[in-house]
Amino acid sequence: MRRFEPVTGVAALLDRDDIDTDQILPAANMRGAKIDYGAGLFANWRREPEFVLSQPRYARTRILVAGSNFGCGSTREHAAWALDGFGIRVILARGFGEVFRENCLRNALLPVTLAAEPHARLVAAVAAADGQQAFHVDLAAQRMTGPGDFSLDFDVAPVERVALLEGLDDIGLTLRFREAIAAHEAAQRQSRPWLQRMDPPGWNPRVAG
Amino acid sequence: MPTLFDKIWDSHVVGEREDGRVLVYVDRNVIHDLHAPHAFAKLRQGGHGMRRPDLTVAVTDHMVDTRPDRTAASNPDGAPFLAATREGAGEFGLHMIGLDSPVQGIVHVVSPELGIALPGSVVACPDSHACTVGGIGALGLATGTTELVHVLATQTLALKRPKQMRITLDGVLPPGVTAKDLILFLIGHYGSAMARGHAVEFAGPVARALPVEGRLTLCNMITELGGRTGLVAPDETVFAWLEGRPCAPSGPALVAARAAWRDLATDADAVFDHDLRVDCSALEPQITWGIDPTHVIGVSGHVPDPADYPVAEREAVSRALEYMKLAAGSPIAGLPVDRVFIGSCTNARLSDLEAAAAMLDGRRVAPGVTAAIVPGSSAVKQEAERRGLDRLFIDAGFEWRASGCSLCAGVNGDEGRPGQRIVSTTNRNFAGRQGAGVMTHLASPAMAAAAALAGHIVDPRTGGGAG
Repeated sequence: MRRFEPVTGVAALLDRDDIDTDQILPAANMRGAKIDYGAGLFANWRREPEFVLSQPRYARTRILVAGSNFGCGSTREHAAWALDGFGIRVILARGFGEVFRENCLRNALLPVTLAAEPHARLVAAVAAADGQQAFHVDLAAQRMTGPGDFSLDFDVAPVERVALLEGLDDIGLTLRFREAIAAHEAAQRQSRPWLQRMDPPGWNPRVAG
Repeated sequence: MPTLFDKIWDSHVVGEREDGRVLVYVDRNVIHDLHAPHAFAKLRQGGHGMRRPDLTVAVTDHMVDTRPDRTAASNPDGAPFLAATREGAGEFGLHMIGLDSPVQGIVHVVSPELGIALPGSVVACPDSHACTVGGIGALGLATGTTELVHVLATQTLALKRPKQMRITLDGVLPPGVTAKDLILFLIGHYGSAMARGHAVEFAGPVARALPVEGRLTLCNMITELGGRTGLVAPDETVFAWLEGRPCAPSGPALVAARAAWRDLATDADAVFDHDLRVDCSALEPQITWGIDPTHVIGVSGHVPDPADYPVAEREAVSRALEYMKLAAGSPIAGLPVDRVFIGSCTNARLSDLEAAAAMLDGRRVAPGVTAAIVPGSSAVKQEAERRGLDRLFIDAGFEWRASGCSLCAGVNGDEGRPGQRIVSTTNRNFAGRQGAGVMTHLASPAMAAAAALAGHIVDPRTGGGAG
């Protein structure tokens, strides 16, 4: 996986709760053979010229600030690809959809969960910057800085921080357990053999009844 | 001491990685045509083989045409996905349930129906409604695409152990109130984040009294409660339901399996992080009014008035009312509808179609309303046809279609037109979910059928064509 490098750039404010992945990447933007996911990001909302990401000064947004439960709904990883394709690297919110958050971590995007007070402070700072002044996010220091003397400390679990900073290969980490996986399969063949084999999923008269 | 979840989880732990994630063994990996092509490409890219193609099944559902005369090529947007899924299935040697299979259908319908998912098994699926199989006591775990590739390569998921929550459903469901009404009520009552980070167990007399298909509906929408997985303890009802299904154990293996399955229950002294009780005896049929699955009211209720909400929430309520073209405080019953959709992994099993058919009573779909039935699987479709349900629906003016996700996910191109109001037996009513500008009301199959006949939203216990 790509390493997570410090991010400097425009921060955009989407201070709304429960933004679901159907809004982040509508189904219509998932069809076809060659898909530009970045172009599909918030496609329905970007039809409106007043929507924040439709405005020219937010075209190079790197940091997104949202409300609670961001990325709820469908587990489509395409939503993370769309944010990434647009150039967004950091999302700060009051909370995230669970699988969406996992998808971010696996695509070198940083999801940061904030408590109410720091979130309110960030919302105010991003609104004041109005897309004209840059913010900076340093994951190693777990700190975001911005215009004036804006500074915000945040917490990312060590497990996730290390994986992002080092760009750890998820499958590689697991394959170190190759022998343990084989041992589990061997043990299961004894204790629950019906789980270690499966007949082909064909039709029989019982299926529909 | 252990919960049902503990028993399944603990018996599947392979080890703990140095980054603190626990490796959980996956017994069945069920994938579908929307994500499989991406996953196969990444698997090739990484040079990883597929560890257990013999335990992996690919299904075509999201990208398929649902017109009765469909072929793999008749939906041009979906055709490349279907071709890439089939090609990868051949290359990696996994089981393929394509359009040519008599058991093709929606992944979460097919998986229990064929006995792919089994009590006490861990089933990975790249779809948020993977939790559906909790209805037969299988631990369904939703994955993203990258996680799916991890499963294909290693037959494990690298997870953090969730907290646990039990929702005890007390009382008795009144007549005419279904599992769908129950789960909609719970989502409206508790909100969409209450189960975040938790595995949910539904317990109590109402859960135990539900038939298997109702339990599948109940568990299907755990994701709309914010949870990733959940369970109803499997019992003799489930064991009898599974018997003889193509991938379920038989003979001596079944005897051993049943002995193990009978231990799949939460111990009396087990402790949950959250332990909740809900009395279900006064429930009425439920329906959503807004643009989030938590926007739920009883069918006799009125849509909310933003003025009744705390200041911080008013804007969201107003936005939902505006999108749904609803006047604050107006009754939900009587609202005219343009379209009705009965389908999806939530509500397109045989009993769902029977519940819808029971509303017909010789009546016809109201003038100006388009209504479609999309069976959850080709096997459900075939059995419904054997019982003559297709004739009843067609004679009443419904479209009788082939199986797939269709208008629920909308990725195959099935969608409503802007401004259409749809009563839908699906699981998500997000703005634009069923097409830009489409207004979706989630409800049970009986409520959807009643709306189709009446031409407006109506209580299925008293309504249907009369209103």
